[in-house]
Amino acid sequence: MADSIMDGVRLLLITAGVAFFIIGSIGLIRFPDVYTRIHALTKADNLGLGLIVIGLLLGAGSLATSAKLVLIWLLTLVASASAGYLVARAARRRGVKPWQAKDTPPAKGDDTPPPQSGGH
Amino acid sequence: MTTALDLLLLALLLSLIVGLGRVWRGPGFADRMLAAQLLGTTGVAMLIVLAERFAQPALRDVALVLALLALLAVLAFVARVWDPDDAVEPTASADGAGSTGLVGEPGAAASGSDGPSSGDHRPRQSNGVGDDHG
Repeated sequence: MADSIMDGVRLLLITAGVAFFIIGSIGLIRFPDVYTRIHALTKADNLGLGLIVIGLLLGAGSLATSAKLVLIWLLTLVASASAGYLVARAARRRGVKPWQAKDTPPAKGDDTPPPQSGGH
Repeated sequence: MTTALDLLLLALLLSLIVGLGRVWRGPGFADRMLAAQLLGTTGVAMLIVLAERFAQPALRDVALVLALLALLAVLAFVARVWDPDDAVEPTASADGAGSTGLVGEPGAAASGSDGPSSGDHRPRQSNGVGDDHG
């Protein structure tokens, strides 16, 4: 009984993590410019990975396995934070304009994202 | 449990494939590198779930290495290619290439007054890999 409850909790956590991954991928596809894509990628995916790690930690047998999972998560957190910061800083230095609502093409399909150059 | 984990792995794989559409679509280098980082993060998640599913502890080590390599890929891209301030300075041979008949090469001619061109995601100089003319 306790085992089935624990399995349910683990599956719930891992499913929530996978849902965050799916949301992050949709954001990477749908968002209009590089800054918003960084936002979708670095935050949603790391929250999803954290939920998956917590779900796997509940069934981890040994302390070494748990420590390794936490280490993987921390490394990915540091990687995403620094990579997102560096890409955003490089984009700002290159003069990439942040997307604004007026850049949205009126009543256009979702096929082509708006141009990143501010519309000229 | 194993069937549920299989389904979750499949969902992760589909999410990864959808996210990799950004490599194809576009438009700048940074967007493609962000998709590469998505590959790293989702790959790590898939690997640790696979380690649980098939009881293969070595896959966690693979996940650790993959996380590190994804970070290194993005760092190398930003530091050596994409950031106009931190980019590797063009060598003297690449600098003199504009006066030796390579004026028509895009990027070499407009290198002096270009500055941070808005929206143009090409590297500022033509310092691509294997650029060894001169």
